[in-house]
Amino acid sequence: MLLIHCPHCREDREEEEFSYSGEAHIVRPVEPEALSDKEWGDYLFFRKNPRGIHHEMWYHGIGCRRYFYATRNTLSYEILETYMVGEKPQVIAAIDVAIDAHRDTPRGTL
Amino acid sequence: MNQVNRLSAVEGTRTRIDGTVPINFTFNGKQLQGVAGDTLASALLANGVKVVGRSFKYSRPRGIVGHGAEEPNAIMQIGSGAATVPNLKATQVELYEGLEAASVNGWPSVNFDLMSISGWFGRLMPPGFYYKTFMYPAKLWMTYEHFIRKAAGLGSTPVQSDPDSYDKLNQHCDVLVVGAGPAGLVAAREAARAGARVIVADEQNEFGGSLLASTQTIDGQLAVDWVADLVAELNGFDNVQTLPRSTVFGYYDHNFLGILERRTDHLGISAAAGSRQRMHRVRAKQVILAAGAFERPLVFAHNDIPGVMQASSVSTYVNRYGVAPGSRLVLFTTNDNAYQTAIDWHRAGRQVVAIVDSRSQPKGDIVAAVKGLGIEVMAGHGVIEAQGGKRVKRALVARLNAQGADIVGPVETLACDLIACSGGWSPAIHLSSHTGAKPVWDDSIVGFRPGKSKQQERSVGACAGTYALSGCLDDGARAGAEAAKLAGHGDGKLYFPSAAVEEYKEQPQQALFLVPHSKKTSRAPSQFVDMQLDVSASGIELAVREGFESVEHIKRYTAMGFGTDQGKLGNINGMAILANALGQSIPETGTTIFRPSYTPTTFGAIAGRDIGELFDPERYTAMHRWHAEQGAEFEDVGQWKRPWYFPHVGESMHQAVNRECLAVRKSVGILDASTLGKIDIQGPDAAEFITRMYTNSYLKLALGKCRYGVMLKEDGMIFDDGVCACLGDNHYLMFTTTGGAAGVLAWLELWQQTEWPHLNVYFTSVTDHWTTATITGPNARKVLAKVCGDIELANDEFKFMDWRDGTVAGVAARIFRISFTGELTYEINVPAHYGRHIWEALIAAGEEFGITPYGTETMHVLRAEKGFIIVGQDTDGSMTPADMNMDWVVGKNKTFSFIGKRSLQRSDSVRENRKQLVGLKTIDANTVLPEGAQVVFDAKQAIPMSMQGHVTSSYYSANLGHSIALAVVKGGHSREGQIVHCPLADGRTIAAEIVSSVFYDPKGERQNVE
Amino acid sequence: MKKYSGFSLLKNALSYHENWQKIWRSPKPKADYDVIIVGGGGHGLATAYYLAKVHGITNVAVIEKGYLGGGNTARNTTIIRSNYLWDEAAQLYDLSLKLWEGLSQELNYNVMFSQRGVLNLGHNLQDMRDIERRVNANRLNGIDGEVVTPERIKEIAPLINISRDCRYPILGASWQPRGGTARHDAVAWGYARGADALGVDLIQETEVTGIRRKNGVVVGVETTKGFIGARKVACVTAGNSGVVAAMAGLRLPVESRPLQALVSEPVKPCLDTVVMSNAVHGYISQSDKGDLVVGAGVDGYNGYGQRGSMHVIEHTLQAICELFPAFSRVRMNRQWGGVVDTTPDACPIISKTSVQGLYFNCGWGTGGFKATPGSGYVFADTVANDHPHPLAEAFDLERFNTGALIDEHGAAGVAH
Repeated sequence: MLLIHCPHCREDREEEEFSYSGEAHIVRPVEPEALSDKEWGDYLFFRKNPRGIHHEMWYHGIGCRRYFYATRNTLSYEILETYMVGEKPQVIAAIDVAIDAHRDTPRGTL
Repeated sequence: MNQVNRLSAVEGTRTRIDGTVPINFTFNGKQLQGVAGDTLASALLANGVKVVGRSFKYSRPRGIVGHGAEEPNAIMQIGSGAATVPNLKATQVELYEGLEAASVNGWPSVNFDLMSISGWFGRLMPPGFYYKTFMYPAKLWMTYEHFIRKAAGLGSTPVQSDPDSYDKLNQHCDVLVVGAGPAGLVAAREAARAGARVIVADEQNEFGGSLLASTQTIDGQLAVDWVADLVAELNGFDNVQTLPRSTVFGYYDHNFLGILERRTDHLGISAAAGSRQRMHRVRAKQVILAAGAFERPLVFAHNDIPGVMQASSVSTYVNRYGVAPGSRLVLFTTNDNAYQTAIDWHRAGRQVVAIVDSRSQPKGDIVAAVKGLGIEVMAGHGVIEAQGGKRVKRALVARLNAQGADIVGPVETLACDLIACSGGWSPAIHLSSHTGAKPVWDDSIVGFRPGKSKQQERSVGACAGTYALSGCLDDGARAGAEAAKLAGHGDGKLYFPSAAVEEYKEQPQQALFLVPHSKKTSRAPSQFVDMQLDVSASGIELAVREGFESVEHIKRYTAMGFGTDQGKLGNINGMAILANALGQSIPETGTTIFRPSYTPTTFGAIAGRDIGELFDPERYTAMHRWHAEQGAEFEDVGQWKRPWYFPHVGESMHQAVNRECLAVRKSVGILDASTLGKIDIQGPDAAEFITRMYTNSYLKLALGKCRYGVMLKEDGMIFDDGVCACLGDNHYLMFTTTGGAAGVLAWLELWQQTEWPHLNVYFTSVTDHWTTATITGPNARKVLAKVCGDIELANDEFKFMDWRDGTVAGVAARIFRISFTGELTYEINVPAHYGRHIWEALIAAGEEFGITPYGTETMHVLRAEKGFIIVGQDTDGSMTPADMNMDWVVGKNKTFSFIGKRSLQRSDSVRENRKQLVGLKTIDANTVLPEGAQVVFDAKQAIPMSMQGHVTSSYYSANLGHSIALAVVKGGHSREGQIVHCPLADGRTIAAEIVSSVFYDPKGERQNVE
Repeated sequence: MKKYSGFSLLKNALSYHENWQKIWRSPKPKADYDVIIVGGGGHGLATAYYLAKVHGITNVAVIEKGYLGGGNTARNTTIIRSNYLWDEAAQLYDLSLKLWEGLSQELNYNVMFSQRGVLNLGHNLQDMRDIERRVNANRLNGIDGEVVTPERIKEIAPLINISRDCRYPILGASWQPRGGTARHDAVAWGYARGADALGVDLIQETEVTGIRRKNGVVVGVETTKGFIGARKVACVTAGNSGVVAAMAGLRLPVESRPLQALVSEPVKPCLDTVVMSNAVHGYISQSDKGDLVVGAGVDGYNGYGQRGSMHVIEHTLQAICELFPAFSRVRMNRQWGGVVDTTPDACPIISKTSVQGLYFNCGWGTGGFKATPGSGYVFADTVANDHPHPLAEAFDLERFNTGALIDEHGAAGVAH
């Protein structure tokens, strides 16, 4: 169970207070009507979904009711930072990060 | 039989039992006696009980092997009736007066089991045999399976509800110490002294771990006395919480751990007070794992006969419980450590037949000590087979080569009734493994050590592969100080001096995972690796012969490690045997990753208090009691309890709903509409923001006016609907559906906060602040006029889609003139705590008009008569406003591309033949279509039929005198007048005509009644 | 391939099981294949099997980074049913169910498909409307099912609580008698053995690290054992689809989420059917070994960790204790998580891609296991013909551009 630092509350709070809201930094097209169906479909549904560093939105719904961003490793679940909407992440994923992490999986398990 | 194996006091040891307090219990119906401090296992052994169960697959007789969580055989049904518990390990059940225990397998009894399969028949059931058989003829599989299932399971679940309750505690601490053996105890003391908040949890009934059965001295004290002093010291700290009988069962992300504390199980159900068990949900800054280690069994032929035990368990029964589980011992070991068992046995006055040591030249201090006692050591030998039926009678012993891989001498027979085995130790790396740390094989300890930490934890003592007591104490203390420092307490330096310990210096052990037999493995008598699931060495080798190579495949093919002991004893041997068969090293073969639970964890404890009425909160409106007093039936809508209908005495639901419907259209009805979501929206950009969220525009909505809006998701599908009112400059009130309230609020916040933070607008949920009483019907104005004198109610003053502030029955109210019935309607909102007052005032005022309270069912019928949709019932996440015939609500000239707009132009959204909302009128006026009925155009077609839509809402309309239905039908808007068919499950096919979805008052005149 | 039977078992028992044939070869990869299937789970192996069996394409390799059937095939709760709402999904899942019904004989490997029926419970009026709609649709599609009363539910599952006096009483259920469970590992092994016998190379412990393309056409895959050429590459890597897609520069409408499950200790038979409840978030069945197999809802966040959050398990066991109050004293033996690829419409993607010769079969969400045979069947057809199988057409990636989604959230819900 995740322990999430809410940058608004400036406290570490239990995951149960939050909900995940998808990939961060997807900007709504300014002129949706100018887009093709394919471009619009891409905006609507297609996601990075990386195995590794992911920038994502969280909502402190049972708390301050504020959205914020988190940089989280989707394999280790480590949260590397949380930051305000409008801010840029400090930790950026190299594509290699995902692949290295992926190789770290144990082979067999008992 | 009366505790034949109970020892009198043994010099140099102090047991943890109180022989003066007898405790009566039953085992398989037989009355037996143990003493205070016994576990069920020690009491059974004291009584000379040999067979405690039958194995899962072959029903072989099995005895007690271990003394703790590792026990594979002694699986018991404890207690009876509603309070019975299946599958407890006798080694972990504390004895209490009146305890009832029963073996879980064996028919008619464990001593005489008709299901017993051995020799030839056993050979017909190698691993995976069921994948290869029972296939022909195909139709007989369910019959075969019926018999397979008959043999399934260990104990039985109760059939009644659980009489006990379970609690949860959310805890935070600086340092959580898992295990209160030597390493854990000193770690806790250092951390506590440094000022850290410490929790120490241990699964046993008392702290001390292995020291409780130790004959060693620490600082000149008997180990148990040293433990007692240290525990007293810990209890003296205010910042330490000690939790005995508490198993840390799982290590989860971000240093979250689960502890199951057993509070009353050791007392018997009759003594239960408060909760039976308690789950501690602990968020720890630092964790010290001091969980100990499991002795590794030795795998030889018929090593499962009762009387083959773990060496450390034999010592534990002797030293801790004063029980000698036999009389003539053969000790089979690969290491110095187990020699202590021979010393303990000798000291207990029993015969040590021989120590069989696989090492060719054992030469440690303890070997010399044992020899000094006159005990024979057979170096370079192995027990290759145990013989006996329900009890070991003989050990067959042979000389092995230096690697322990082959027999190089004649076979000797040693008469004995107990074979104690030690193949070395395996660290209990389970919790470290839960964190994702990958265990590392270490040849020097012949075992896996915990892997590199992935969380704020470290392992110390035996679970880190440190077995010497002095090492455990030193490492534990250091870890305690270090963890405290990392958690912000102390300087990391040790405060307490290190203890003086007497111990033998140990010589290297030998790695021996499969003891050879004179026959090859495939032909030798079964050499068991996992006793609970009857997995043998030959089974593992067979799986390899069949081409399985991965540990996971072997485990799954043979079921190794899938028992309730989760392979605590067998897994390492099994993996080593696999590695050998593959010609690989152990680390090449795989690793051992354990998953929670460390030991089985009660469902009820994980569920906690959040069951029954606390499963989910119930939300009531301010008038709820009034409804209940009137005998209303309730419907669950989200968490809300809404009145469904108000039956009079003797009325059916149908009769009640008809009466309510007629009353509204003829005179006046009253509905509790308080559950509708209400969001207060303020800010200079409120209108702009709302306009972006709804399909229509609010930029020109004037003060005092309301507008109905539909909200889409960005995919263009209807998501919610409701009325939005302009309350003032930059101030709006948005109504949402009852079920959608929380989702809509989060949706608004999402867009404002993440996409348009420059829009200055704020949202507040005010659902619970207001109570809403809706009066509707031609006499609604007359009723309102009686209780409201300060609003001009005339039709052209207080118009449809207006709202007004005023006073109703002395209470400040906000009244909306909107309508979900098509009748003249006033939705009267007052602060929630005036709800019942206003409700009763309206009921009283309406009495002369026969005002009729109605529920959600009548509300549904009335709105369906008008063709008003209910989002979530008439829509399903795939419906656009156009599909609902609601193009009128989509603003065509809005400058901003509102949420969902672009998706309305996708090729599929503009496709002909989309499912569209229509009305259905059954040909037989009295037949009510079932909701969910599928619509077809051709009733005569064969299955599979071409389905064209389905009925979303359907009722009998008392006002119209016929049934009505709403449906979505492909291309429905252009099919008015066509006949469709609904083939039902009962064989009927109901014909209906597609009609307008507005059945009643299509011109909408009734709401303007004067 | 030597046939398995009671007779072969007897014969091998006589020779102490020393002469069993290997279940499959462990070949070295060839330089080049007609088709490479990335991912050796149930779906990938089934695809290989049907490519060889139905389409005669045997120059095929299945490349698996771990061991065969070690992903979600090994981690699911083995529920099989076909009572999906929309025609497209129902037909695909029912093709699968029909294949399940003869699968043990087809593969000569007992996958222990046990048609003990599936109950989907309804706890409120809207649940019941949805159940009626779904069951009616199923019936007219030729799929078995009926709406049953609480009393009938109690007959089917005697320990269930049908009292009206609980927080969310059971109002009824859909009942699909042909549904049930199967032995998950056996499915992968059976398909693997069958594919191997037809000449398919099963390459384990080999990870695909790249998808090599030339002028927009697939030419092969980079692996930890070197480059392997292929005219077609078919990716069936549930839980990692996004990662594999990225190797070809593609993004998918997929988010990978943890889905958790747990088993109890084995108990004597006490639940003879599969019981699922979307409204209270839990589902349960009992295995032939006696374990109660419990599934939870999908965790709220993306995750590849094969584990989720404890509170999800807590909530699921609350639901189970509500439905079966007697199970409160049973104990959880093991818990784990899988990684499921969720799509916006809770339906799979079986599709060609913008890269010629590259195909994806993914996005099965929580519903993959039950679809294994059908998925393999239609995907093999799609790959073989470079054209969607009729039952796969609706599941093309293009639907996310046109908007022709097949919204199965209601039927898929949290539970499978």
